[in-house]
Amino acid sequence: MTTTTGTLTTAGSVGSAHVRVEGRAKVTGAARYAADLPFAELAHGWMVLSTVARGRVRSVESAPVLAMPGVLTVLHHGNAPRVDGDYVGTLGRPDPIVACFQDDHIPCAGWPVALVVAQTPEQAREAAEALAVRYDEESHDVAFYAGRPGTYTPENSPMLQAETLKGDLEAELAASAVVVDAEYTTPQEHHHTLEPHAATARWEDGRLEVVDSNQGSMWVADELAKLFSLDPASVRVRSEHVGGGFGSKGVRPHQVCAVMAATVLHRPVRVVLTRRQMFTAVGYRSPTAQRVRLGADADGRLRVLDHQAQNLTSRVYEFVEQSASIGRVMYDADAHHTVHRVVPLDVATPTWMRAPGEAPGSFALESALDELAEKCGVDPIVLRSRNEPVSGPVSGLPFSSRNVLACFREGARRFGWADRDPRPGLRREGRWLLGTGTAAATYPSGAAPSTAAVTAEADGTFTVRIAAADIGTGARTALTLIAADALEVRPDRVRVRIADSDFGPAMIAGGSMGTRSWGWAVMTAVDELQGQLALGGDIPPEGITVRSDTSAAVAALAAKERHSFGAQFAEVAVDTSSGEVRVRRMLGIFAAGRIVNPLTARSQFVGGMTWGISMALHEEAVRDQASGSHVSADLAGYHFAANADVPLVEADWVDDPDADDPVGIKGIGEIGIVGAAAAIANAVWHATGVRHRHLPIRPDRVLLSGSRDIASG
Amino acid sequence: MREFGYRRAVDVPGAVALLGADPEARYLGGGTNLVDLMKTGVERPGLLVDVRELPLDRVETTADGGLRIGSTVTNSDLAADPEVRRRYPALAQAVLAGASGQLRNMATVGGNLLQRTRCGYFADPARPCNKRVPGSGCPAITGEHRNHAILGASEHCVAVHPSDMGVALAAFDAVVSYEAADGPGELAFKDFYLPVGESPHRETALPPGALITAVTLPPAPVAATSRYRKVRERASYAFAIGSIAAALDVRDEAVREVRLAFGAVASRPWRARTAERVLTGGPATAEAFAAAADAELAAAEPLPDNGYKVTLMRNLVVALLIELTEEASR
Repeated sequence: MTTTTGTLTTAGSVGSAHVRVEGRAKVTGAARYAADLPFAELAHGWMVLSTVARGRVRSVESAPVLAMPGVLTVLHHGNAPRVDGDYVGTLGRPDPIVACFQDDHIPCAGWPVALVVAQTPEQAREAAEALAVRYDEESHDVAFYAGRPGTYTPENSPMLQAETLKGDLEAELAASAVVVDAEYTTPQEHHHTLEPHAATARWEDGRLEVVDSNQGSMWVADELAKLFSLDPASVRVRSEHVGGGFGSKGVRPHQVCAVMAATVLHRPVRVVLTRRQMFTAVGYRSPTAQRVRLGADADGRLRVLDHQAQNLTSRVYEFVEQSASIGRVMYDADAHHTVHRVVPLDVATPTWMRAPGEAPGSFALESALDELAEKCGVDPIVLRSRNEPVSGPVSGLPFSSRNVLACFREGARRFGWADRDPRPGLRREGRWLLGTGTAAATYPSGAAPSTAAVTAEADGTFTVRIAAADIGTGARTALTLIAADALEVRPDRVRVRIADSDFGPAMIAGGSMGTRSWGWAVMTAVDELQGQLALGGDIPPEGITVRSDTSAAVAALAAKERHSFGAQFAEVAVDTSSGEVRVRRMLGIFAAGRIVNPLTARSQFVGGMTWGISMALHEEAVRDQASGSHVSADLAGYHFAANADVPLVEADWVDDPDADDPVGIKGIGEIGIVGAAAAIANAVWHATGVRHRHLPIRPDRVLLSGSRDIASG
Repeated sequence: MREFGYRRAVDVPGAVALLGADPEARYLGGGTNLVDLMKTGVERPGLLVDVRELPLDRVETTADGGLRIGSTVTNSDLAADPEVRRRYPALAQAVLAGASGQLRNMATVGGNLLQRTRCGYFADPARPCNKRVPGSGCPAITGEHRNHAILGASEHCVAVHPSDMGVALAAFDAVVSYEAADGPGELAFKDFYLPVGESPHRETALPPGALITAVTLPPAPVAATSRYRKVRERASYAFAIGSIAAALDVRDEAVREVRLAFGAVASRPWRARTAERVLTGGPATAEAFAAAADAELAAAEPLPDNGYKVTLMRNLVVALLIELTEEASR
């Protein structure tokens, strides 16, 4: 087994830049995505979503629609196949939105109420838009704000530690020389993948075959089997190419609708979501309201860290955005309190969105750290170094590796931080005020059991089979490089096949755990294969295949705090007379274990940081309180950074070895966004002297808050 | 999407005849707005008459020294035209501030004038909207209206016109030429868009079935010293939250002539004639610019969440007129 760690490894394929193995197929259009594959007799389903936010479906008036050209069927709660939504899947209970058309109950706007299936997508869409659905509407409430009635602290579960407390908060606050007590909010945000959710389902030889766009083919197969009460072996899900996931692509209504219709019609059925449908059908990041209290000695050493985070969820499912978790890793304090609270409203269920918890949580906590630095008169990086814990602040466990200060040192050097005048509002260039800011980043580095098969082929090549998912990250290429190095061959002799549930259980592409978990399974299989090959003898025509299962090895991993870390830097320009904020440059330095493929790793970091620009300045879903539904639910109305908003964004990394770790690879999919918005907000303060505690930092907010121009008094 | 007929017109009378009196027919220019609205069901035409092939794609100098811009000139060609750039720079800047390169390659001058508001309620057929369904109500007034009108709105509609190009055309007194079933006609830009009043669904004074054939800019020496500034929620590819076209002629530190028009504050590009009157003949100072802006914006009736636009427009007037004063003195 390869035990080399550190990014200086140059021997072999891991550690040097490789273009995606499927890159040529993607840029030439040869790669087929879920909605691209041709099928004979393919029918097309179009979802109809509720236009009311709460109530019941009184009637679905199918008859006129069934008479429209090409229409094959209309499925709704009165006639749809029954499914079992009461199960526990890989990641817990399903969001009830996937148990489509099981009753007439509507808990939110955008809830699936019918599926119209027709010969062509155009016919299906026209019929779906013509379908009259009558509702008995009930009054709804979608207003989210800090401390609103109905907010509660959820129960702990294996996936959620709702509250942690040590020490005496009030006593330590009273003893603190400096106190920051501030409220921060982040808005509802959406992960709109470039490729919308799409699935084609068909029955073939008694098996359900689904071609889908998802973050885990085995995961989706397992959930579909449970929903439709099928033998897991009779469900096959494939998703070779996926145009983005970001947490939104698990089991979702489109797959369920496609399976229902294929079952009823006995022919293949495809369902593709529209952008507008994606606003309610695939989850989103909840808005958050966060209160952070920091108490410190005059030199900035923390006596108190109190992070109270609140998010919304639907009335039918409890989803907790774990924004306060970041403090359990980043900073210790004599009194340390973190809590998540949640309030159910008449809205669709939120879900994981890139760096769930850490993304909004880091905005609040890392902004508060900057406020503390200002109040103490201490440099923000020095402040963080004074509060560097020796072990997990809550768990007490040792860190497997913790190189956040190395990130700050390297980042400060390259960004030119040493020359920074800490006073705000001093630097002007024409109509622009300039400022710089920084923030820390972290994200857990977990591993989950996975299986892989590696075959030594008779022609001297190797085939890896693993139900991994490449959602655009470059994971397939990374696995190719990992396998090649383990096999001690060139990457072009290794063929990696992924995203087929028939390959067996494997971790999903989520939680920044994919490449670490899959790489482990591949390395384990190769290790055993090489043992067999070392025995000598010819390779039979069918090759020699070895399967691995890392369940035991993952379970045996020593209990430690395992995380990636990083330091974000941003320079901004702010025109307080127009409210415009422009990011001029960003630098992110990360400590994220062994970097497998620098080319795609950099792309992951830069992509996350770019999303951080969007989070800081642009992204915000707007909900109409009167109707309970979104306003401007499309990509013209939902703003994110355009090319012109994205300046020079640089990402790099420091060595982050862990000699005791069997893989050495950490996740890199999420950490790029963590801290990025805080770094930008802190830079806006440095430019203007005004703290922006509510995202996004829109022109109207900047305009109305002005500047505190200490240069002119 | 409803099935629709498609016809391509080869000459102007033919286009007008193809459309005829059919209330469900629409002219198709670049389609950058109409096709989107068809996809979402806001527009459900039975017939599209494609006018892109009409011989209306030229920018020509008129006998009196103005510019006549054909209605099928693309936004890209308009912004690149040397005469536009030299004599009406704010117009070129305004066009380039809109949309994206790909969209500007498709979008036409005529279509730009007739594009619809981007109000989120107008765009969603599941919601009431007086502009889309007369009499159904305006949820924006009590709902989401951060980017809605502060000037010239009514209790029936507070949507803003999204055009950048139109703001410059308003400042330069453009004249819109059209062809209707009973022959050609003209509308001064100030008369082209109708006041909102009680009929926000009636947006222009064009006769039914009329086809815009050209936009003519009268000669305006002041326009040579002009600028367009657009403020939006991201650096590109977003509609304005406030924009301004300004032209200024300063002699001996006094304002000889000034043109001011605002975007994203009203149902149409808003010519700031009150501010122009206050400024003309007066000093070219920041104080005078601010006073003129205040005079114009005294009529503003902001809603709870769009009052920032009053501050924004005041700041933009001052900033842009200072820039033009400095440009004139160089």
